[in-house]
Amino acid sequence: MNIHEYQTKELLKGYGVPVPSGRVAHNVDNAATVAEELGGERWVVKAQIHAGGRGKGGGVKVASSLDEVRQITDQLIGSHLVTPQTGAGGRLVQRVLVEQACDIKKEYYLGLVIDRGSQRITVIASASGGMDIEEVARTTPEKVVREPVDPGVGLMEFQCRKIAANIGLKGKQIHEATKLMRALYRCFRDQDALMAEINPLAEVNDGHLMALDAKMSFDGNALYRLPAITELRDFDEEDPKEVEATAHGLNYIALDGNVGCIVNGAGLAMATMDAISFHHGKPANFLDVGGGASPEKVGNAFRIVLADPNVKIILVNIFAGINRCDWIAEGLIKAMQDQQIGVPIVVRLAGTNVEKGAQMLADSGLDFIMADNLDDAATKVMATLGEQGA
Amino acid sequence: MSVFVHKHSRVIIQGFTGQHATFHAEESMANGTNVVGGVTPGKGGQIHLDRPVFDTVSQAVEETGADVSGIFVPPPFAADAIMEALEAGIGVVVVIADGIPVQDMVRVKRYARDRNAIIIGPNTPGIITPAACKVGIMPSHIYQPGRIGVVSRSGTLNYEAVQQMSALGMGQSTSVGIGGDPVNGTDFVTVLRAFEEDPETDAVIMIGEIGGPQEVEAARWAKQNMSKPVVGFVAGVSAPPGRRMGHAGAIISGESDTANAKMDLMEELGVHVVRNPALIGETAHRVFS
Repeated sequence: MNIHEYQTKELLKGYGVPVPSGRVAHNVDNAATVAEELGGERWVVKAQIHAGGRGKGGGVKVASSLDEVRQITDQLIGSHLVTPQTGAGGRLVQRVLVEQACDIKKEYYLGLVIDRGSQRITVIASASGGMDIEEVARTTPEKVVREPVDPGVGLMEFQCRKIAANIGLKGKQIHEATKLMRALYRCFRDQDALMAEINPLAEVNDGHLMALDAKMSFDGNALYRLPAITELRDFDEEDPKEVEATAHGLNYIALDGNVGCIVNGAGLAMATMDAISFHHGKPANFLDVGGGASPEKVGNAFRIVLADPNVKIILVNIFAGINRCDWIAEGLIKAMQDQQIGVPIVVRLAGTNVEKGAQMLADSGLDFIMADNLDDAATKVMATLGEQGA
Repeated sequence: MSVFVHKHSRVIIQGFTGQHATFHAEESMANGTNVVGGVTPGKGGQIHLDRPVFDTVSQAVEETGADVSGIFVPPPFAADAIMEALEAGIGVVVVIADGIPVQDMVRVKRYARDRNAIIIGPNTPGIITPAACKVGIMPSHIYQPGRIGVVSRSGTLNYEAVQQMSALGMGQSTSVGIGGDPVNGTDFVTVLRAFEEDPETDAVIMIGEIGGPQEVEAARWAKQNMSKPVVGFVAGVSAPPGRRMGHAGAIISGESDTANAKMDLMEELGVHVVRNPALIGETAHRVFS
């Protein structure tokens, strides 16, 4: 789960990470008031959307007067900001963060991730701030410092000093960076984060360090113990169909093909998409109905897949372990009877109660195209699409 | 011998009296698994499925000599249950739960270090040595005893591969689901090493997916250390980058995470790679015979 930059900064400030003075604003007057109250002569106005690359998309601008704060805010709020991460349609900007501008002497990168290699929380730091860390890691891997944290004792001060020295910090900055890294680590650990990124971590004109931009994402599986983070969730930043799917216990991701997929299990769902692609078809979605798929869940899966106008055929691929093929069959029959399904349906059932499920579909008199196995299913999908001239 | 679990394994179930645990314990027992008891805190002293229930794992181990535990508790309680099993000296801990917070698993792995135990999962259908021992939720009837080891991150894709194998008459020595989470108890290398050392395994099928370096590391290890052939598949060729494909661990976060990049490297390292998931069984049959 992601949150906005202004929310991340408020959270980090509470842990003792220095951030610029600033506040969120929802309209032009609001933005001007914030700037006036902050004082100073220059302000940064930053569009608040979850996608990265805002600077490149024109979503971060400096203002030298209150009028300019108004102008920029007016341009940003209500616009669709397009960045390298939003797709062509962009993302609607509903609020901006107004901050006091500061003079930057040097920029560093500081991040925390759960590293899959070491299976530990790992600090990543670099003297090349302001750049995409993956790009830095690819072109100059020697410039990226990595330090795994022992969860038994947490991030130790000596580790922070080592990281700070290795990215070229000097004197008092080493102590300042140590405090900052430990604060960031405490926040990461307490709030079940999966990723935290301060980019840039800046040395400002008075020599102090400050988190100029901050991004964090949190573990959706830990939200039950994170009431404060849960409240920060912004559903406007998520695909409404994916939100609806989640509410029904389904895992759905929209893609751009025409073969709708309804599968149980994430791995089999991916493999089903792959089998279609192998036969030169294009999947319209990833959809995992999960374990214990009730007839209602199957019905909801059909509704969500069919809401995509590109879908020309649906492949249902169920390998029941904890599921049961007869429950799936009941759901399929009910969906066919209740919903206007104008596309052909290829069904492959296997596993628990497969005979019973297949018999129910045969007895229903409804027009299902039955497949014996995954290869047969993918072949029949493509053959049927071919007949339609799609 | 098989790997990790066999017909002499003495299995307990944590969360024994729950609905799912009961259903799957019964199914395992009907298929020959030696379930010797279970643990449900507060229900110690009761009898469930003709087996004793204990309040703590230590009591269960002391009374029954259990050496394998199947953990069926919900995700928020799973880390505690795993550590309890490790502390009690259980040698193989199988964690079914899907949705354990990642940082819980980071702490579990630290706790497990220096303890001589195998943690299978989380987010796995479990482990099965056909007709001898099943700890998990997979449909037993698709498995048949044989000499091919299977290891996978995904559950249902494991079933898919096993059914393709069984249809061609190839049985399994042991099938291990290592789970779909980014931080998991046992990696591919550990399972490959066990299969390499197992005299009853002749060859291995390894099924991975997008995200993380595990599959390639395993292929690299196999090239240097394995005499037995490995057939491999990585799911997610058609997955878009940056999106979590169901499993917490299945996300392309860099170029080396894509399915094709992994399969290309695995192929270079000597793994017999299958590009079409519908042909896993057929490829294995060709390579292994």
